[in-house]
Amino acid sequence: MGHPEIYPLVLTTKTQEIFNCRVDEDVTEEQPYKLIKKEDIFADFANRAAVSDFYPVKKIVQEYPGDELLLVYDRDFKYGLNFYLIGTEEGKENYLNPPELPEEQEEYKDHIPEETYIYKPPISKPWVSLGSEKEIEEESVKESTKQITYMISRKRSEFGAPIKFSDQNASSVKDAYIECTAYPDKNFTLKQLERDVGMQVVPQIKETSTQTRWTCPKNATTQYYPREFLEEEKEALGQSKTLTEFLNSVCTSVEIALQQNEIMNTFIHDWKCLAEEEGTFGDKTDTHLKEYQSFTDLHSLTEKMITCVSWHPVIYGLIAVSVAVRLSFEERVHFSGKLLLQPSLILFWSFSDPIHPQLMLESPDDIFCFQFCPTDPNIIAGGCINGQVVMWDITAHADRIENIKAGGSRSKKVTLKPMFLLEPESNKKEMYIRHCAVSSIESGHRKVITDIHWLPDTFEINRLGNVFENRSGISCQLVTCSADCTICFWDIRPQKAVTPQPQAEKKKEESIEIPFDIPSTFLHLDLSWKPLSKIRLSKGETTLDHCPTKLSLSEDNLLYKAQEKILAQSKAVKAGEMNPYQNLENALSNILKPIDDFCTKFFVGTEEGEVIYTDWKMERDPETGRFMTKKPVSLYTVHDGAVHTVQRSPFYKDIILTVGGWNVAIWKEGIMTGPLLQSCCAPKRYTSGHWSLTRPGVFYIGREDGYIDIWDLLEKTHEPAQSQNICITMIMYIKPWTFSAKQQFIAIADYYGTLHILEIPWTLSHPSTNEVSSISHYFEREVKHLEYVEQRKNIREQERREMELELEKKKVKTFQKSKEQLEAELKMDYESYLELEKNILSNLGLTKVKDSKSYMELI
Amino acid sequence: MSNLITLKPRISANQGIPSIPIRTTLDNSTTVQYAGLLHQLTVKAKSTVRDIDPQNDLTFLRIRSKKHEIMVAPDKEYLLIVIQNPCE
Repeated sequence: MGHPEIYPLVLTTKTQEIFNCRVDEDVTEEQPYKLIKKEDIFADFANRAAVSDFYPVKKIVQEYPGDELLLVYDRDFKYGLNFYLIGTEEGKENYLNPPELPEEQEEYKDHIPEETYIYKPPISKPWVSLGSEKEIEEESVKESTKQITYMISRKRSEFGAPIKFSDQNASSVKDAYIECTAYPDKNFTLKQLERDVGMQVVPQIKETSTQTRWTCPKNATTQYYPREFLEEEKEALGQSKTLTEFLNSVCTSVEIALQQNEIMNTFIHDWKCLAEEEGTFGDKTDTHLKEYQSFTDLHSLTEKMITCVSWHPVIYGLIAVSVAVRLSFEERVHFSGKLLLQPSLILFWSFSDPIHPQLMLESPDDIFCFQFCPTDPNIIAGGCINGQVVMWDITAHADRIENIKAGGSRSKKVTLKPMFLLEPESNKKEMYIRHCAVSSIESGHRKVITDIHWLPDTFEINRLGNVFENRSGISCQLVTCSADCTICFWDIRPQKAVTPQPQAEKKKEESIEIPFDIPSTFLHLDLSWKPLSKIRLSKGETTLDHCPTKLSLSEDNLLYKAQEKILAQSKAVKAGEMNPYQNLENALSNILKPIDDFCTKFFVGTEEGEVIYTDWKMERDPETGRFMTKKPVSLYTVHDGAVHTVQRSPFYKDIILTVGGWNVAIWKEGIMTGPLLQSCCAPKRYTSGHWSLTRPGVFYIGREDGYIDIWDLLEKTHEPAQSQNICITMIMYIKPWTFSAKQQFIAIADYYGTLHILEIPWTLSHPSTNEVSSISHYFEREVKHLEYVEQRKNIREQERREMELELEKKKVKTFQKSKEQLEAELKMDYESYLELEKNILSNLGLTKVKDSKSYMELI
Repeated sequence: MSNLITLKPRISANQGIPSIPIRTTLDNSTTVQYAGLLHQLTVKAKSTVRDIDPQNDLTFLRIRSKKHEIMVAPDKEYLLIVIQNPCE
């Protein structure tokens, strides 16, 4: 509708009044436009100049061809303002006469459904150019240049012949082309006046190498020694002033540094030292022993008790137990006939089979103590109730027990014949192994053997108790102590025959048939074995002797460390195929060197509760010329009952634990004043004890009511750290054993013949950091305490003596004093009397006489 | 805690000449070894200190190792070396 001609205007009310186009009066809905004369607008311009509302369209008005302009009221603000002016005649005409088109459209719509479409063919009109032919011309492709045609003809003779075309490089032929070479035109060169450049400094590296020619290869060596001053020079320098000055100046700083180091270690990691080791298995709060397994011999007919327990030094899970009949001496005598029929056994139990023992070693009488040989775990020595020492050799059955863990095939065929005294019972499939040798009955012990130990393979002793080095590399000597107040040393090697054996005995030996299955290792000892030497623990003048119950030698804790040794040895044995125990005679032929400075002293615990520290070396008695045992070095009665455990600590060679009666004592070898620690009396009797193998401050004590007390010296020293119930009856023996870092077992044997195996928890088996040093410090402190007590005792003694002396002196003094005093007193009395006399006489008037007398005296 | 003291001089200011022990509580070979090694180290330490600040000088050198502490007190002519076992 002619939009470009519309010029929106704002007309104020004043303007509306002037031009008579007031809203809603002159201009309304029906007639929204008004024709305004050009002259009127010009008059308004003259009157109001820039204030006139028509000012913005002044130019349009001036250029307007007609006389009257159309002003339309824009009620709806279609063009933005309230009025608009139509600037052209055409627009005016259109506005005034618009309605035709919409009416046509309306008519058209009405007419469609009624009229049919009449086809009007197109009438040709002249073509009006709208610019499209120009575009077509631009787009079309025409030849811009005129094409050149060449006509080439050949010789007439070659007409019709085949043609051969080939290519040729234009530059190879001279003047084949004309080129326009490019040349730098100075008018068009650009000079770059500014440039943006980055730079980096790089070190210049140069590598060169050369190689010398080694024309004459020759080895050369140089030896040098440092220059040193001669003695005189040294002295001279030492005296020089400069040196002294230097030392003085430097002294202070060096002293400071030294002192600093002594005061405190500044580089110590406090946190590291505080922390405990990581990697604990199991609960830290769990401190109880856990029941693992328990073994009882179900086949025995009488009630048995366990007398001694020992773990197999090498094989895992194998434990040997010696059982004895649970009868008192009277009852034994009473039932002696019946007892003969039953075998006295050492049973081998394995973890894999809790019902049937793996091996049963047989002995002539009840065994009260036994031990595996430290160098060969197939040799076992045991002490009987009748005073005999019994030896077994189970090398032949070693394979059987070694493979126990792997399922253990219990062969049903019995390859051994049981002893001829026994009736073989059909359900007994286990192997009975008879002993190899027993000691001679007359020359051995008379009463029960209470303790037996193997001597370590590092030394041996001879008849006199002198110590020699052991060249054979095996433990070949034993020591036993028995209730007949003697300690005997035995040697398992064949003795050189001192006296020729009478023929009768030889015959006897021949006549006895040895069952084929018994190894002949110790045949030479059987029934003729005599001790090497005997020591009697006498109490001096009286006939009563000490009755030893347990021994502890200086190198006793072998068994715990013997594992590696045994393994190495067994390997060597297998390689060499020669068991040293089979050839014991060779061992004797070595000439041995004596070892000096060997500590031949040992601890003995007795039946009466005393702990004796004595020597096994014999000395010459000056009176009789015979060799006598020395007197004990020290003796203490500490326990109220029989001492049944004397044991060295596995960590400290000189700390010994003794348990007996109702209390426990810890001793240090060399301290003669008394025990380091002596516990007070416990409510129940202590019946067995053992050090822990991994924690230096822990030991286990078994009580007679079936409780086990676990003592921890780091926690409490006056009472046990904890107490746990194991069984209902008296605990006879405790033996812990370590299999690995994680597994530690403790075997507890009770009075009713049951062996309990318990597992030791992590807290009890794993030592804390610095535990060894803490415990050794504790012992040192105790030693110092004892020394202090001794000193105080001496001081007190001295004080007491001094006090007595003083009292004596006082008495004497007072006596003398009184005599002198009397005399002095008398004298004074007399003088005072004289004075009195004088005074009285002067008062009476007799002084003249006195004065004259005195005057006369003067003259 | 044992303190072992050795005294050594430097004959001249030339650094080419090593130090020679005057007095020692150690055995000869150890002394010689310590003397040679520590002398070189002292020279190096001194030059380091002076390179950083030419007006500075080395007064005392302490080397602490796992097993002991070595203290060196240098001087124009002499050198004092002390070896101490620290308390743990």
